[in-house]
Amino acid sequence: MRNAAGTGTGLAAGGFLLAGVVLLLLAIGLNVGVGDLRIPLSTTFYALTNALGWTAEPLNRIHETVIWDYRLSRSLVAAGCGAGLALSGAVMQSLLRNPLAEPYVLGISAGASTGAVAVVILGVSFGAGLSAVSLSAGAFAGAFAAFAFVALLSNGTRSGADRTILAGVAASQLFNAATSYIVTTSANAQQARDVMFWLLGSFGGVRWPEVWLVTAAVGLGLLGCLLYARILDAFSFGDEAAAALGVNTGRARMVLFAITALMTAAIVSMVGSIGFVGLVVPHAVRFAVGPLHGRLLPGCAVAGALFMVLADVASRVLVPQQILPVGVVTALVGVPVFSLILYRVQRAS
Amino acid sequence: MSFQAETLTWGIGRKTVLHELTFSVQPGEMLGLLGPNGSGKTSLLRLLAGLKTPAGGRVLLEGTDLRRLPRRDIARRVAFVEQHAGTTANLRVEDVVRLGRFPHRRPLAGWTAADAQAVDAALDRAGMTAKRGDGWHSLSGGEKQRAQIARALAQTPRELILDEPTNHLDIQHQIGLLRLISGLGITSVLSLHDLNHAAMFCDRLLVLHHGHIVADGPPAQVLTPALLHGVFSVQATVDPDPQTGRPHIRYVR
Ligand SMILES: Nc1ncnc2c1ncn2[C@@H]1O[C@H](COP(=O)(O)OP(=O)(O)OP(=O)(O)O)[C@@H](O)[C@H]1O
Ligand SMILES: [Mg+2]
Repeated sequence: MRNAAGTGTGLAAGGFLLAGVVLLLLAIGLNVGVGDLRIPLSTTFYALTNALGWTAEPLNRIHETVIWDYRLSRSLVAAGCGAGLALSGAVMQSLLRNPLAEPYVLGISAGASTGAVAVVILGVSFGAGLSAVSLSAGAFAGAFAAFAFVALLSNGTRSGADRTILAGVAASQLFNAATSYIVTTSANAQQARDVMFWLLGSFGGVRWPEVWLVTAAVGLGLLGCLLYARILDAFSFGDEAAAALGVNTGRARMVLFAITALMTAAIVSMVGSIGFVGLVVPHAVRFAVGPLHGRLLPGCAVAGALFMVLADVASRVLVPQQILPVGVVTALVGVPVFSLILYRVQRAS
Repeated sequence: MSFQAETLTWGIGRKTVLHELTFSVQPGEMLGLLGPNGSGKTSLLRLLAGLKTPAGGRVLLEGTDLRRLPRRDIARRVAFVEQHAGTTANLRVEDVVRLGRFPHRRPLAGWTAADAQAVDAALDRAGMTAKRGDGWHSLSGGEKQRAQIARALAQTPRELILDEPTNHLDIQHQIGLLRLISGLGITSVLSLHDLNHAAMFCDRLLVLHHGHIVADGPPAQVLTPALLHGVFSVQATVDPDPQTGRPHIRYVR
């Protein structure tokens, strides 16, 4: 049984989600269409329905190849990464009760970068020697090293939010320094340039295997976070209030941090560090659907995907004949938002 | 016996904040906790709510050591209202009160009629029904306090622990709140700074000083000029109220 007010905002949240999904599909169509070779939206649409066996429209073979081999996988990976980063940001902000928190603040993506760079440049190989697998494994190892470092420095998971944030700052510094050390001492000029480009985030090299990996990581992450939605609500007034409501706060923190670390590592290993998505999107979505996590988390997944797909479009059309790192685009949007939040936090306290 | 503290000791770092406290709280009793700033009231209330682990001794809840009870089981019967509750999330009052149903709901169970009824009743008792749709950040200090009290009532507790619940409230709502708590018929332990209010409403008073219990008993026995001078360093006269017979304190300049 629900009262009128509850149903009202429930409907609004449902509408937001639906509109988000429709816009996301359009944005993916747009993303597939832009580039050196322009492809009309209708061609993309028919390529899809042809593949599903619903239509048999004759299409340009080159268009079809570009859609299936490059553009669609790239768009889907962008969507998945945006969803995962936004989700991670929303969870960290709630757990740490800090509006500036996201995986980057906790140093988890810095750790993942170090791990991946170590694999690329030092040739550290995990098992099979397959480069994609080694890269992911390196990023996972780095992300968990950063996670363990933060947990240790902030006295397990029992200390307050402020100390966790400070520990995250230390972790970012440490792992960024480690990355720079590896690059300056061991990389040649070409490698250094490649790593720089990758560190800022790029969807350039991704294909279908990355689609499956990001879908699995973010899909499981979303499911896990949704199972914890009510517990995240109970954290609204802090750890002690959550404990007083019967939450096992230590375990909840551990599980949720682990989920965000996994998602972040998977994303960084594929597309590098893309900042500010986890900051911008949750704040915008909270504005639209409110702070309750049952609505906030699905909203963040959809809006994060939409934001990233559009950022990828922008990265390819902003400068003619050039592709910007997508991290540059998200930073262009993110830094003003970051400043605005910082300003408002300062004024509130 | 609702709560029973046995040689309860707690400290932080090398500092001992609470020294071997032993006392018990009867079911249905309203126990007032008095003491100067820093005497250990908040620390003691947290220990009673199971939010901190004692360094020595133990707290029993109806005979069971709190440490052996799962968190959720404690939250089903003990509700706790913090001294300062704040959030960065702009929850609506109703959403805050709904949090009180958390320990009663199974992980994936929906919102039941019983939950809705508990929330409505709690909002009504705390006088927050008209504000149920308002955002947390738009509330006054007193309204925030009442929203938290409504949340605690929505937990349908058998023991209610409140840390300075009359903080931020105007005099009407201070009296109203104390009357509400004493009329609930459940066990309540609350820290208070207004000694006359404590004398008017509490069945029993416990006075802390530097982490030691210096008095424990009915208001008329506890509130003496000597105690007020020894613990709070104030000169005062204490007379029985002509109507209620409860002690009434007049401070001397
Ligand atoms: N987390 C903490 N870190 C350091 N000291 C603490 C901590 N918690 C409590 N203390 C110390 O324990 C003592 C008792 O604190 P407590 O908050 O229990 O007092 P109180 O009686 O509630 O005071 P008030 O009336 O001001 O609320 C104080 O001296 C305080 O400095
Ligand atoms: Mg206190």
